[in-house]
Amino acid sequence: MAEPRFGPGDTVRVMKAYPLGHVRTPYYIRGHTGVIERVCGSFPNPEELAQMRDGLPAQPLYRVRFMQKEVWPDYRGTAADVVEIEIYQHWLEPA
Amino acid sequence: MKDQGKYQALTYFQLMEVSLRELLVEKGLVTEQQVADAVEDMRKRTPERGARVVAHAWTHHEYKARLLENGTRACEELGLDVPALKLVVVENKPQVHNVIVCTLCSCYPRMLLGIPPDWYKSRNYRSRMVREPRAVLAEFGLKIPRQTRIRVHDSTADMRYLVLPMRPAGTRGWSEERLAALVTRDSMIGVALAKQPRSK
Repeated sequence: MAEPRFGPGDTVRVMKAYPLGHVRTPYYIRGHTGVIERVCGSFPNPEELAQMRDGLPAQPLYRVRFMQKEVWPDYRGTAADVVEIEIYQHWLEPA
Repeated sequence: MKDQGKYQALTYFQLMEVSLRELLVEKGLVTEQQVADAVEDMRKRTPERGARVVAHAWTHHEYKARLLENGTRACEELGLDVPALKLVVVENKPQVHNVIVCTLCSCYPRMLLGIPPDWYKSRNYRSRMVREPRAVLAEFGLKIPRQTRIRVHDSTADMRYLVLPMRPAGTRGWSEERLAALVTRDSMIGVALAKQPRSK
């Protein structure tokens, strides 16, 4: 199991990467910066599972909170609105 | 069955499902009975399970705290087995409204809500709920005041989500059973509020 690098409240950036294959990081959030809402535990890496491999070492999974106004420049809601997304550690870097 | 006189060809995916199922049975990997039982099991799961959890949380403060802390374990307390499901329960309050979507596919807390509605799996809902949640909620008839923060939960990985709707006013002293009848599937996805007692 990979060691968790982040904790609640940490600011992280989602990598702006475009690998082929089965990826659980939504396209729209790549390159954006958010804050760790909670650590969900560790899970086999779905990108590896999709290739029929064992997905180990398990990757820490985080719920990351993003401000909608930051994600969508033309967002029509309010400045307090958020979107929270589960993202695996190997997609995150400190920001 | 009476011949309707109209032959409807199987769709591509129906044909694929039948072929795969027959192949699995032929190879002895599953039996027709096991497939039928699994389908029956899936049909038996309905939003009433989720409603029971919500009504119990509305009437038991300590249970509610445990539910928000660890949804999976709290469901097990009620005898609801939620295997392979890490449940995150998010609470609606006057100042926060939660809503669930899965932009990548259609992840859904099936153990508590059963089979997802078609709109939940539609491209329209999945792409727009993250982009313009207030507009989509308004299309469901739900106007969220601007002073209420909207939290959209994109169910992208191993967690599953359930919204704990606000308990409607005018239900003081109600039994759990009576309260559970106010808890709709849509209120647990976050596209509606729980029913008002008089609107039944």
